[in-house]
Amino acid sequence: MKFAIQVNEGPYQHQASDSAYQFTRAVLEKGHQVVRVFFFHDGVNNATRLASPPQDDRNVGRRWTELAERYDLDLVVCVAAAQRRGIVDEGEAERHGKGATNLAPRFRVSGLGQLIEAAIESDRLVVFGD
Amino acid sequence: MQGVGTIKRFLFVNRRAPWGTGYAVEALDAVLIAAAFDQDVSVLFVDDGVYQIKKGQDTRAIGVKNFSPAYGALATCDVEKLYVERESLKARGLGEGDLLVPVRVLGAKEVAELMDEQDVILSF
Repeated sequence: MKFAIQVNEGPYQHQASDSAYQFTRAVLEKGHQVVRVFFFHDGVNNATRLASPPQDDRNVGRRWTELAERYDLDLVVCVAAAQRRGIVDEGEAERHGKGATNLAPRFRVSGLGQLIEAAIESDRLVVFGD
Repeated sequence: MQGVGTIKRFLFVNRRAPWGTGYAVEALDAVLIAAAFDQDVSVLFVDDGVYQIKKGQDTRAIGVKNFSPAYGALATCDVEKLYVERESLKARGLGEGDLLVPVRVLGAKEVAELMDEQDVILSF
């Protein structure tokens, strides 16, 4: 089956991101396809590469990067939500005159069209939120 | 049933008050994009989500941009299927006359049927 995943909450405050990760990993391990993981609302905060959680706890952001590397996952951050919250890739840094970037490896910034397209192309869109 | 030209039935479920969290304003963006993709879009307001389309919203005192006029523009974007749950309205002392846009009022059982008809449900 083809899944699309939507993550609406940031890391650590809510379980939504953890649940989305566990679900995504489980469906991939079962041999299903994940056409895209779309990070929306505070979910864009999962995509910062600057987080330094305690070493004896999970690293929510890095876990997504590693899963994407293993399964060639498409991790997309909503551009409008990211602009509001300061999640910045090189293109956005240039466009808005910011002196730094913080987007973690394997994530990319794009529009809400990527969410709608993923919902069209998948058999199931699964939303993780509050 | 995927591919170029596929039209799916999308239902956006708005459950939260317009102010206090950022879900409503960003969900509205998603509704407009789905419409731009020529999808079959419905929008449901339920629980505190009914406040999103209440008339007379004034956000000046909280220093937040009032985006509620945008709901009035949905029809021009071919988003005309707007639904409100009757029980949610009644519990908040609201009626259809309190709303910014024309809606169809559904009972909880009809809301369940509406959900059953959809291909994709996004909940905010």
